[in-house]
Amino acid sequence: MSALLSLRGVTGGYGPVTVLHDIDLEVAEGEVVVVLGANGAGKTTTLRAIVGEIATRGERRFAGEPLPRTPEKVARAGIGLVPQGRGTFAELTTEENLRLGAAMRRDADVRRDLEHWYEVFPRLRERRDQPAGSMSGGEQQMLAIARALMLRPRLLLLDEPSLGLAPLITRELFEQLGRLNREEGLTVLVVEQNANLALEIGHRAYVLETGRIVASGPADQLRGDDAIRKAYLGF
Amino acid sequence: MVRARSGGDDMSDTDQQPGEPLLRVEDISVRFGGVVALDGLSFSIRRGSISALIGPNGAGKTTLFNVISRLYPATTGAITFDGQDLLKVAPHEIARAGIARTFQNVALFPGLSVLDNVRVGAHTRGDVGFVRGMLGLGRAENRRMAADAMELLERLDLAHLAHRPAAGLPFGTLKRIELARALAARPRLLMLDEPANGLTHGEVDELAATIRQLRDEFDLTVLLVEHHMAMVMSISDHIVVLDFGRRIAEGPPETVRNDPLVIQAYLGTPA
Repeated sequence: MSALLSLRGVTGGYGPVTVLHDIDLEVAEGEVVVVLGANGAGKTTTLRAIVGEIATRGERRFAGEPLPRTPEKVARAGIGLVPQGRGTFAELTTEENLRLGAAMRRDADVRRDLEHWYEVFPRLRERRDQPAGSMSGGEQQMLAIARALMLRPRLLLLDEPSLGLAPLITRELFEQLGRLNREEGLTVLVVEQNANLALEIGHRAYVLETGRIVASGPADQLRGDDAIRKAYLGF
Repeated sequence: MVRARSGGDDMSDTDQQPGEPLLRVEDISVRFGGVVALDGLSFSIRRGSISALIGPNGAGKTTLFNVISRLYPATTGAITFDGQDLLKVAPHEIARAGIARTFQNVALFPGLSVLDNVRVGAHTRGDVGFVRGMLGLGRAENRRMAADAMELLERLDLAHLAHRPAAGLPFGTLKRIELARALAARPRLLMLDEPANGLTHGEVDELAATIRQLRDEFDLTVLLVEHHMAMVMSISDHIVVLDFGRRIAEGPPETVRNDPLVIQAYLGTPA
């Protein structure tokens, strides 16, 4: 497997504050990779570094090419981001949100993709004419994911998708993500505090501590590590 | 580490303790147009207890928080807080009445420093209004509040961030600053909306211990909304479960976690 995404020695932050130090991270085509870390460890900042929302030094490559430096160009290159807190447009309907997700595309298959994601997320079809703001947290998260997928990304980045979701809904969400990976071949990089569920669908994981990668490996191996169990898995 | 006043896991004795509850919610309904957000909800919480409100997304938990903090009017029903008819208290007087809260998605002033955000909380109780305070009137009072706010920041391990703007800080840190701001109002009832968001399991355990300690130090009664079940089950004396705006279960953690209705509607598997 060759790396779809690779970060080599990436350092970056906000203004004078350096948050990420010398990050090496890879995601291969077809993989689900999980990023774990405490509050403030740099997880969200890592995603921002990938999509070009912050200035970085070091190498960022995607599908063999250097990654562009602006979020819009990164999206065009094939990376979709589901930000923390979902970022759906509350006043727009489900369908308007989804169409907006495809706004950058120039092909004529948008209608077909809409149908496809309505098949995958039947709840969104039921809510197609409802403003996003009036939907439950779980439905809004599904919408945020489907909207990102409307761009047909080769890599989907998710920032704490379970935030604010009930346990049952969180489980469904991760089952859905696992299915998307297996059945649609979707490549995923996910930051998640519900480490148990994330590692169930993840192939590999990285652990961040104060902006540095301190552990990485196959998901099963990390799940067996005592220190990681105690800090991230809660048993 | 933990100084739980009523003895950790064994809450059964204190749970039966008689006496006037601090908060009593009676037959509260809230309708938005044709949508029934809360449907005849009743429960009460004991003084000094930690209670949790759980249930699926859209069950009405945050709506109830908004009714208790007087952001939403109740369509019918009554709420009594410390013997007072809460629905007669004006929204801007709610902090002075002894109720403070945090918000699910964080409601801080991004451009203000962490310290100033916490001082805003203190101003809801003092004699100096926020605007007067910021204009530098009532200096002694103002100084006392700044010192107070700084003490709270120290208590919550946030002192090193005091002079940074809130904008750009990690989500879990923002939630902690909101907690400090709520405490600055010196409430009797502290309401926390998803305090564990953005924290790892290890950090959630620390937060749970902190909330119990704060309850004891500040003589608080705590009502929280939370989806992190390990935390809810370990910290709560009493749990109220909502679904579609109604109470579907109520009781101590060991009863609620095994309730078939709760498992079906919310947990999926026993917590």
